[in-house]
Amino acid sequence: MFEISALNQRNKKVERLFRTLFLMMVLLLVLPVIVILATLIIKGGPIISFEFLFTSPTDGMTAGGILPALIGTVWLVSVALLVSVPLGVAAAVYLNEYAGNNWFTRVINLAIINLAGVPSIVHALFGVGAFVIFFKFGTSILAASLTLAIMTLPVVIVATRESLAAVPMAFREACWNMGATRWQTIRRVVLPNAVSGILTGVILEVSRTAGETAPIMFTGAAFFLPYLPESIFDQTMALSLHLFVVSTQVPGVPEALPYGVALVLVTMVLIMNSLSIAFRVYLRGKKKW
Amino acid sequence: MSAAKRPMVARERGDFDRRNADWYIDRLVQGLVFLGGISAILFIIGIFVFIAKEGLGFVIDTLDLTEFFTSKYWEPSDEEAPEYGILALIAGTASVTGLAMVVAIPFSLGAAVYIGEFATGKTRESLKVLVELLAAIPSVVWGFIGLSIMNPLIIELFDVPVGLNVLNAGIILGLMAAPIMTSIAEDALKAVPDRYREAAEAMGATRWQVIYKVVLPAAKNGLLGAVLLGVGRGFGETMAVLMATGHSVNIPTSIFDSVRALTATIAAELGETAVGSDHYSALFTIGIFLFIITFVINLLADLVVRGVRKG
Repeated sequence: MFEISALNQRNKKVERLFRTLFLMMVLLLVLPVIVILATLIIKGGPIISFEFLFTSPTDGMTAGGILPALIGTVWLVSVALLVSVPLGVAAAVYLNEYAGNNWFTRVINLAIINLAGVPSIVHALFGVGAFVIFFKFGTSILAASLTLAIMTLPVVIVATRESLAAVPMAFREACWNMGATRWQTIRRVVLPNAVSGILTGVILEVSRTAGETAPIMFTGAAFFLPYLPESIFDQTMALSLHLFVVSTQVPGVPEALPYGVALVLVTMVLIMNSLSIAFRVYLRGKKKW
Repeated sequence: MSAAKRPMVARERGDFDRRNADWYIDRLVQGLVFLGGISAILFIIGIFVFIAKEGLGFVIDTLDLTEFFTSKYWEPSDEEAPEYGILALIAGTASVTGLAMVVAIPFSLGAAVYIGEFATGKTRESLKVLVELLAAIPSVVWGFIGLSIMNPLIIELFDVPVGLNVLNAGIILGLMAAPIMTSIAEDALKAVPDRYREAAEAMGATRWQVIYKVVLPAAKNGLLGAVLLGVGRGFGETMAVLMATGHSVNIPTSIFDSVRALTATIAAELGETAVGSDHYSALFTIGIFLFIITFVINLLADLVVRGVRKG
């Protein structure tokens, strides 16, 4: 009665077939990227040196390093974070701690999805129309960072919201029973328990912001500048735009140079993301409730 | 009146009045946090208002909308008779996105099924991390890969003069969209309750039978949502498409034709136009079009996914 029938065997065979097929799909998805990363390292690796990272481009950007682009990216990301983190955390606190399950919350959610889904070049147009022209910031770090902040706001909101939702309701109830106000509860109980989760979201946000190119092209990032930015009203170079420029706009660039820039950018982004993931795994292991 | 006055007495004694400093702070914070909450709505409206402000006047005064959508000539810098036709640009975007979906849909759904249903323990976790990392590679890097790695490869493999074409951009865009679609599709599979699987397994179904007959039908809407978001992503991608398509205005007849996308046109030309000129406004008009299309796609995806939660 418990012998393996022909039907059973055929079913098993079909299952193995599909299992292998889907595994191949995963591998085919991952393999090209590994090849690509290897190519970046082989072709771009040799050019990377202390000098490459810490000097300015020379000879019409066909030689020298990437220092102003690196510093520019740090400027853009920092100013964008100053705006998007407080705003995103506030939005997440509202959605998780105050908002009811009604049409208004649905509209907010829809707006967040759309903010993430609107093409980056449309964000760029908005940045030009609103910050550069209407608010008269000109093409500056401020205009570019505000555009980036709005574009990547959903990253912070979603991550913060998830970590707030992971704080058990009983924690809040215990605090309310002691006579604390909503804000006291949020500040003393909810946020401290969620802060590490929020941090993983912020790291992700840094990575996203550093990689974006289209939104900063016309709002504050310049192809080449002979000086470093001194305030948020200056223009700046940026690493992502620099890759675009040296690979398409400048004639006579040695082959290794754009590979080197791409390698630095990808390394930066992947380190940030790995950090965020490692942090998340560590937190999951530490969680006591 | 007198009824309304009575609580005042209590308040004057201060017994029941909760309005101390903490109460006011609480109220203030609630207001501030609410502002944060509605900021997303304000920004979406702001985006539409500001691109409409720069583009809409031109649409009303100068632009012939029929010509805009049906002419395949995009010649905005022709001094005598500039033409603003985006048909070829739509064809460019559609062909690249279409090919990207042909690449990305089977692979991402297959990968999602493997990760979500077959893989277990450490394998599953590592694959998920890998997919997440793939999704993090910036679009300008993908564009550079199309330009420097795919381009010579296509020229050599297919013996064509130019390797920057629909094929190149389609594959690049497919590889870009696949990790995101995989994550969303895997979430959709995870949303199917385990008791569905257990019930089927108790009946003697194999893993594959469970997936094929139970899990996939139950996750249908979520998977469709993943595909829609992938389409939206492909439609809106800018830098990769700018660098890998060849950027020539053209209605493609084969996958080896160079094309130009809507997004890439804005990215390439906005820097060269004078603020307020017809050309400048025409680019914002494309922006309005892109905004509306992606808005509709995202709305549809949301409705489809929401459908699965209710049902």
